[in-house]
Amino acid sequence: MRRRGSRRVTGIVEPEKRGLRQKQKIRALSAVQVYYDGRTAERVHVMKTSRRDFIANAGAAAAAMHDLAHAQEPEHEHEHSLVPSDPALRVKSLESLLVEKGLVDPAALDTLIDTYERKIGPRNGAQVVARAWLDPTYKRRLLANADSAIAELGYGGQQGEHMVVVENTPKVHNMVVCTLCSCYPWPVLGLPPVWYKSAPYRSRSVIDPRGVLREFGLELPEDVEIRVHDSTAELRYLVLPERPAGSEKLNEEELAALVTRDSMIGVAKVTLPPGVHA
Amino acid sequence: MNGVHDMGGMQDMGPIQADKNEPVFRERWEARIFAMNRAMGAWRKWNLDASRHERELIPPAEYLRMSYYEKWLSGLVELLAKSGLVTRAEIESGTPEAGSSRATPPLTAEMVPAMIARGTPANRDVPVAARFKAGQRVRGRNINPTGHTRLPRYARGKLGTVERDHGVFVFPDTNAHFEGEKPQHLYSVRFAARELWGDAAAPRDAVYVNLWDDHLEPA
Repeated sequence: MRRRGSRRVTGIVEPEKRGLRQKQKIRALSAVQVYYDGRTAERVHVMKTSRRDFIANAGAAAAAMHDLAHAQEPEHEHEHSLVPSDPALRVKSLESLLVEKGLVDPAALDTLIDTYERKIGPRNGAQVVARAWLDPTYKRRLLANADSAIAELGYGGQQGEHMVVVENTPKVHNMVVCTLCSCYPWPVLGLPPVWYKSAPYRSRSVIDPRGVLREFGLELPEDVEIRVHDSTAELRYLVLPERPAGSEKLNEEELAALVTRDSMIGVAKVTLPPGVHA
Repeated sequence: MNGVHDMGGMQDMGPIQADKNEPVFRERWEARIFAMNRAMGAWRKWNLDASRHERELIPPAEYLRMSYYEKWLSGLVELLAKSGLVTRAEIESGTPEAGSSRATPPLTAEMVPAMIARGTPANRDVPVAARFKAGQRVRGRNINPTGHTRLPRYARGKLGTVERDHGVFVFPDTNAHFEGEKPQHLYSVRFAARELWGDAAAPRDAVYVNLWDDHLEPA
C-alpha cells in the first residue's frame, strides 16, 4: 500500500519546510528531547559511531534543564519522538567552544555572514547578464572565458573560481543542478535557495527536467533541447537567459532589474512586467 | 560511495517547494554554522572534498531528515574531532578541557574579503596528458567505490560524448581521502537523456556531467 499522503506531510523530503511546526513543538516540549536523546543513546552504545554520539549528546545539556515528567506524557512521546535536539543550541555551544579555544575569531564569522547576506547575491549575476545583452563583444568574452569576463565587473572568488556561462536560445534551454551536494556559483548568485539544495530538485532535475520546469511554471515545447548541467566538479554554471522581447530600449540598469535568480539557474525565463516596454 | 546523497534520477521525493521570500539564512544558527565552516577551513586540516565526503557519511535516514545546515553542523563536528582540533568530550561539554592550550585564529575579520576574493582554485598547472578529446565517444566507468566519488551512479556504464576539455583539475576521489590531488583532465561529457533514462525521455534532451579521466573509458 502506498502511503503517499502521509509521507509527504510529515515526510523526510523537505526538512526545511517542516521547520516552523517543529520549532513550535520543540519550544513547547523540549522535555521530549530527554526521551529522544535517551533512546538514541542506547543505539549509540551499540553502534559506537561518533556522529550519532554527537547527535545524541549535544542537546543533552539543554534537555536536562527541563522537567523529566513532561517527557512521559504519552501524546508528547507519540507526536515528537522524531524531533531532534535543537541545532540552535548545539551551534551556540560549538561556537563558544571554538572561540574559547582560539580556533575562530567571532568577528570573522560576523564578516563572513554579512558578506553573504548583504554584498554577494543574484544582483551580481544580473549585472553580468544585462551587460551581455547590451554588449555583443562582452557576451563573446563571457561565453569564451567566463572567469575573466565576470572579473571585469568585479566578481569572482570563492565557489566561483571556475565559471562557465551557458546561453539560452529559442532552441536550447540550459538549467543547472548539483545532484551530489549543493554546488552553486556564489560570486554571481549568492548562496543557493533551500529548494536548490533539496532532495526533490537534486533527484528529479536530471531525469525529469520538463516536469521540474513545469513546477516552476515553465512549459517548454518538445523541439526545445534541454541541457541539464550537473555540477559534479569545481566548475560553476551561470545561465545566460534570453533577453525578453520588448526590452530593446531599456538601459543596463533597467535590464538588470528584470533578471531573476531563477532565470540564471535556468528554471525560469526573464519576462517583462506588464506595462513595461519600449 | 553509493550513498543517499547521490540523488540524481531518484523519484518520489515530493514537490519542489520554492519560497519566493526566503532570506539568505532563515535562522541565526544557520548563519553561524555556515561561517564556522568557512572559518575553520582556514586551518587547512582538511579540504573541500573531504568536507563534502564527511556530509555524505551522515547515515542515510539522518541525511534525509536533516535540514541543509544541520548537515553542515554534523560534518564540521566530525572534521573537528577527526583532525584533532577539538576532542569529542569538548564538543559534548561545550568547554575546553582543563589545561588545553589556546590557539590564535588563522582568519581574522580583516582577512575575510581577501579570502573570499581569492577562493580556492581547483585547477593545476601541471603537464598531464589528456586521455580524451572533444567529440570523442566515452563511457562512464562502472565503478562502485566505497569512498568519495564525483561520478554519479546514473552516468556509470552510460555512453556519452566529450563536449569540452576544461584542463587539469584536482581529482576529488583521492583528495577527499588525503591520498593526493592526482591532477588530471576534467571534461564536460554530454549524455543523451534517452541513453540515461530510456525512450520515455525527450529525444533532444541531454545531461552534461563534469567527469575526470579516471571516470571514463573509451567507447
